[in-house]
Amino acid sequence: MIQYLIRRILVFIPMLFALTVIVFALMQAAPGDPFSQKMDPNIDRAIYEKQREALGLNDPIHVQYWRWVTNAVKGDFGDSLIYKGRTVADLIAERFSNTINLGIMTLLITIIVSIPIGIYSARHPYTPLDYGATTFGFLGLATPNFFFGLLAIYVLSIQLGWLPSHGTVSKPGIEGFELFIDKIRHLVLPSLTLGLAGTASYMRYMRSEVLDVLGSDYIRTARAKGMTENTVLYKHTLRNALIPIITLLGFEVGILLGGAVITEGVFQFPGLGTLFITSIGNRDYPVIMAINLMLGFFVLLGNLLADIFYSIVDPRIRYD
Amino acid sequence: MELNPQTNTGPGIDIKNAEKGMSPTKIAMKRFMKNKLAVASVFILLLIVVVVILAPFLTEHNPTKTNLTLIERPPSEDHLLGNDSSGRDNFARLIYGGRISLIVGFSAMVFTLVIGVVLGSISGYYGGKIDSIIMRACDLVLMLPFLVLCLTIVAILEEVNVTILVSIIALTSWPSLTRIIRGTFLTLREQEFILGAKAIGVSDLRIIFKHFIPNAIGPILVNATLMMATYIIAESALSFIGFGIPQPTPTWGNMLSEAQSLRILRNSPEAWIPPGLAILITVLCINFVGDGLRDAFDPKSNRR
Repeated sequence: MIQYLIRRILVFIPMLFALTVIVFALMQAAPGDPFSQKMDPNIDRAIYEKQREALGLNDPIHVQYWRWVTNAVKGDFGDSLIYKGRTVADLIAERFSNTINLGIMTLLITIIVSIPIGIYSARHPYTPLDYGATTFGFLGLATPNFFFGLLAIYVLSIQLGWLPSHGTVSKPGIEGFELFIDKIRHLVLPSLTLGLAGTASYMRYMRSEVLDVLGSDYIRTARAKGMTENTVLYKHTLRNALIPIITLLGFEVGILLGGAVITEGVFQFPGLGTLFITSIGNRDYPVIMAINLMLGFFVLLGNLLADIFYSIVDPRIRYD
Repeated sequence: MELNPQTNTGPGIDIKNAEKGMSPTKIAMKRFMKNKLAVASVFILLLIVVVVILAPFLTEHNPTKTNLTLIERPPSEDHLLGNDSSGRDNFARLIYGGRISLIVGFSAMVFTLVIGVVLGSISGYYGGKIDSIIMRACDLVLMLPFLVLCLTIVAILEEVNVTILVSIIALTSWPSLTRIIRGTFLTLREQEFILGAKAIGVSDLRIIFKHFIPNAIGPILVNATLMMATYIIAESALSFIGFGIPQPTPTWGNMLSEAQSLRILRNSPEAWIPPGLAILITVLCINFVGDGLRDAFDPKSNRR
């Protein structure tokens, strides 16, 4: 077990290295150099070459790679090409907490909604509520999240005026508890949108997992021993049914971060996603690469945690 | 207990008798035809395909022609769904846009399928070193979230058109299908009839095409179908944020991007709700067909 954990963590390191190589290679594939967008075409070639030399752009490729990686580890991703005089790290730091809040809220909604409904569906299959949940599941997986987001803004924000549709706070100057509530209100629509597909698929997983476990022999034994239905459900069924679900959450990180790009775009939510979209539009390569690196890192970390968690909670798995 | 296994064996035996002497694909098709939801979905999809093919006969408006006198007009008898922010007819854009959305989804699926079948068979058939190289390549592509990788490649390229978008989607999403095909082949590889074929000297290529692919047709078909739905959503998402198929070419996704303007979102739901519903219905039907195929090909599911 300890051996497996060590081996799994050791695999993480070459993967991380590969990630940096991919991101660096993508950056090399991009046309132009940091000057192409801000350069006066009449500038003296010699000055241009001197600048390239000063920035190390004429160095051999592995030297450039090594410099970039060592700086990235220190949190230095260079300067943005578009936002004058601002470092990439600065831009990301400013947006990062918003995206994290969105992610946490989304996961909370996903778990709170999908797991109880999944359990209910499995315990009372083929009842109207189960059919309703199944229908919701199909619709939730088929609706593009940006379309759902637009519908949500149209109905809940424009027609009914219940919730704010854009940004993270409604007005400057509020603080304390009021600010907290205001932030939550701004998070509701984006996280519902981002969580839609996840909620639908976790509900389906949960339903089939619980149905599977309820049909197994040890549940029959537990019932035969005269245990109450609640003990059977909460002590035996849920513990086993939740294992694959929680593991899936680790892999959800990538889906969540990818989806956040589109969702944040719909709600003009100032997170990493909107920063990413504007940077793509502006061809602001240092920002694009830094965000790629961060997202890739989180995906790898999510997978690592999922694997480790799985090996801890499921003693049936043997690693040799 | 609510689930009674006894009730399932009855029809199971019936089907077994009726299916005697039929090929697995025929059995699956017969089962599929019994799934009303899946069959209805096939009909709706066919209807959508016919409508987008017959687009020139259904509207006399040109989907790309701008008309500055008609900007953001409400629906009228001549323009059923009104006009967009450049005065183009929304109804014409809806049905012509379906062409592009479906073509992108379908071609990306075929392209991915080709990559997946080729790499998956090599990986699953030969195993060993080449297998681990291909599997590591899968890991590498899967490291970045699909949409993020697509967008990054879009940022590197000068321009995007249908062919390029299809290639980007296929080149960033082949690993999942490759893994599924490899997995199926790995289990097939150990079976006696493959050993038999090898023993009598059948060539590798012939074994792959004559024995492996026909036996793996179920999972391949199911996953290809479900993938097409994902690609239609991916295309529309990329076009929605402005990095997919560029204007003026209509697609369902870039019709929806009009709704990023709060004014259009509020005042003209007739402009953005229809393309959204079109994506939703198409994807829903494709998913139903995929699920229907899964049930039909799964030997364990002889109920329903």
